[in-house]
Amino acid sequence: MNEFVIKNLSLRYSDDNESLKNISLEIESKAITVLFGPAGGGKSTFLRVLNRLNDLADVKEMKGEVLFQGQNILDPKMDVIELRRKIGMVFSRPVPLPLSIYDNVAYGLVMAGEKNKHKLDHAVEQALRQSFLWEEVNDRLKDSAYSLSGGQQQRVCLARVLALEPDVIMLDEPTSALDPIATSNIEEMLGELKHQYTIIIAPHNVQQAVRVADYAAFFLMGELVEFGTGKEIFHTPKDKRTSDYITGRYG
Amino acid sequence: MDQKKKRNDRFINSVIRITGYSSILFVLLILFFLLREGLPALASTPLKTLLSVRWYPIEGYFGIIPLILGSILVTVVATLIALPFGIGAAVYLSEVAPPWIRDILKPIIEILAGIPSVVLGFIGILVFVPFIRKFLDIPTGLTAFTGAVLLGLISIPTIVSVAEDALNTVPNSYRQASLALGATRWQTIWDVTLPAAKSGVLTAVMLGIGRSMGETMAVMMVTGNAATMPVRLNSLFTPIRTMTATIASEMGEVAAGSQHYQVLFLIGIVLFLLSLVINIFASLASTKSRQRSERLLS
Amino acid sequence: MTTAPKYRKEKTAEKIGFMGLRLITLLTVIPILGLVAYILIKGAPAMSWEFITASPSNGMREGGILPAIVGTIYLTIGTAIFSVPLGVMAGIYLSEYAKESTLTRLIRIAIINLAGIPSVVYGLFGLGLFVVFLKFGTSILSASLTLSIMTLPTIISTTEEALRSVPNSFRVVSTSLGASKWQTVRRVVLPQALPGIITGVILGLERAAGETAPILFTGATFFLPMLPQSPLDATMALPYHIFVISTQIPGMPISIQYGTVLVLLIFVLGMNLIATLIRSRARAKRQW
Repeated sequence: MNEFVIKNLSLRYSDDNESLKNISLEIESKAITVLFGPAGGGKSTFLRVLNRLNDLADVKEMKGEVLFQGQNILDPKMDVIELRRKIGMVFSRPVPLPLSIYDNVAYGLVMAGEKNKHKLDHAVEQALRQSFLWEEVNDRLKDSAYSLSGGQQQRVCLARVLALEPDVIMLDEPTSALDPIATSNIEEMLGELKHQYTIIIAPHNVQQAVRVADYAAFFLMGELVEFGTGKEIFHTPKDKRTSDYITGRYG
Repeated sequence: MDQKKKRNDRFINSVIRITGYSSILFVLLILFFLLREGLPALASTPLKTLLSVRWYPIEGYFGIIPLILGSILVTVVATLIALPFGIGAAVYLSEVAPPWIRDILKPIIEILAGIPSVVLGFIGILVFVPFIRKFLDIPTGLTAFTGAVLLGLISIPTIVSVAEDALNTVPNSYRQASLALGATRWQTIWDVTLPAAKSGVLTAVMLGIGRSMGETMAVMMVTGNAATMPVRLNSLFTPIRTMTATIASEMGEVAAGSQHYQVLFLIGIVLFLLSLVINIFASLASTKSRQRSERLLS
Repeated sequence: MTTAPKYRKEKTAEKIGFMGLRLITLLTVIPILGLVAYILIKGAPAMSWEFITASPSNGMREGGILPAIVGTIYLTIGTAIFSVPLGVMAGIYLSEYAKESTLTRLIRIAIINLAGIPSVVYGLFGLGLFVVFLKFGTSILSASLTLSIMTLPTIISTTEEALRSVPNSFRVVSTSLGASKWQTVRRVVLPQALPGIITGVILGLERAAGETAPILFTGATFFLPMLPQSPLDATMALPYHIFVISTQIPGMPISIQYGTVLVLLIFVLGMNLIATLIRSRARAKRQW
């Protein structure tokens, strides 16, 4: 079942940077789809199209169609605020908001208008449990989120997204700022989460891509070179550019 | 619940947008009212009178030339006095002084920026004016020069802070490259850093000039308020009148709508336009510097 | 070794140059300190509880300066009421809403110009618009409105700067969690920028409190039989009072003159100090 159907997506920024060239792709739901490739390939831009975060940047033109659960999200009449609650995003550097741990995790729900304290408490606990952070922080929820380690901060950022009970979780190089232990924690978590959520991840190296991918898409300089299951792409890639990148010929 | 929030949001967004445009509204409003009260002067007073060299309203002399020249004289001399101190201090604070000295001296200079001009005028009258009179052995200490010194003092904090900012913005790599080629810090300052900060420093000077020209109270209290034509060499050491002092001292005594009233507003228009020109130049200078560095760094 | 003597010459030039710069800076700083110290010394004898709380008597030559102090406080509050909401919102607009265009460039030019208009021209404008045209007369209302337009550019600029210094990543994260632009501003950006905004507001009000020219024809008066009862009354004010007693009243005791100046100075520099303290405390407490 397809969560996303992307048809001929092209995007250009006003400084002609990091554009996307005619991307067509389908994203399977409740699976981990990996976007990989060298820097500047368009992976981050692509992710930001999916939750319309690009609206914050200087986009000169955007063409094509992006169907999410059947609706074209590029339609100007789209309720982007509701969309962003369904498609959560974790960024490459942990960015806790300058609030307490509790307020960070509850932020999305509070913005949506949830005022019931019990519902919020419950949601916060759920989300923190799902990101394996509850045991560590339940006694200091009112502390500043900055008092946590890098790995813990990133898990707060994940919990923040989970609290909204999204359909999709997108992660843009989520472990690039983390040590190996924190990294493997996150990867383990993804393995659990994919049973409930559609996961799209742009890892910062090929090894992570290989470790977690159910499906993989190779982005190179704004183009989608190849797409298939993890096994297909990493063991038997069809395009020479893909195999060269995977084997480290360039990077 | 979402619908009401959306309507609220749209309302707040519109309010904010409107306040954003307010500054344009106010500039136009100010210009409008100055013109409204001041343009009639051009109708009631022949241009020949306005451009004459005698300002003696009681007897119908409305020549504004001595006032304009008075302002120019005081402003120019004030700037000449303030420049070496202002830029020197800026260079010292930005390039030479150790951080702890900077942390002490910068606030002190900013204190000067906070001292009301009437206070400076007050000290000017009670202390500086008698001093000048005795020191230069002239009939009165209320002179253009006294005013210029006071004005120079007033504009120094403006020059220092803007110039120091400009110098701080010069990338450290410039300085390091110069030092690596064997130049001393002194040479680096004058051959590399200062030229690189040229437009910022220019902006600082223009803003300082603007500050001097617009100053009212301090000048009014120490320049003697005699609307003479400053054309001789020693005019600097005789009493004089600026445009700002004229408006401030005579406005209280004119009947609304009278010819005198209108001419005072006309002088106000002149001041408004002059400050407009100076500020446009100042902002052009700083935009150019920003654009150039953006080009260089891209 | 052949370059050594030249290097020594350059080094000497540098030493002299630096000493010259130090001297210049000292010559700039000493008068400032001297000024403040002088006012402190000559004004202190007049300072007493009575001076601050009593009204003047004997043609202002004796007694206290309470009405002038109260007047300045009223004017400062009046200025704040009009300029702070308007200025902060305009600053929010420029930082969070406006996209670079001809219109925003015009707005910025307008702000720079408002900042550069001579204070006496503001006085004329206030006279023309508030006193005469809107018929508010010489009043606290007219003077406050005039002062607030004069203070507007300062508040707008410092607000914008304070908001821009908040990292953009916060806005991006907040938006990605489904917050609207206003929610992001209100919940995340504004609170973080608040110390900077408050500092700017205090500095703007400090300047307004010390200004004479804008209130000369719009609200200031020398003699009031009693304290102002409504915003439509004229008022005494410290800067104007200083001006008159030092230039137009014969036989004015020197100590009262210096005392009044000292009070204004304390008022104004006190605000400066508070603003600086807020700024450094906020910088220390910053989590990011």
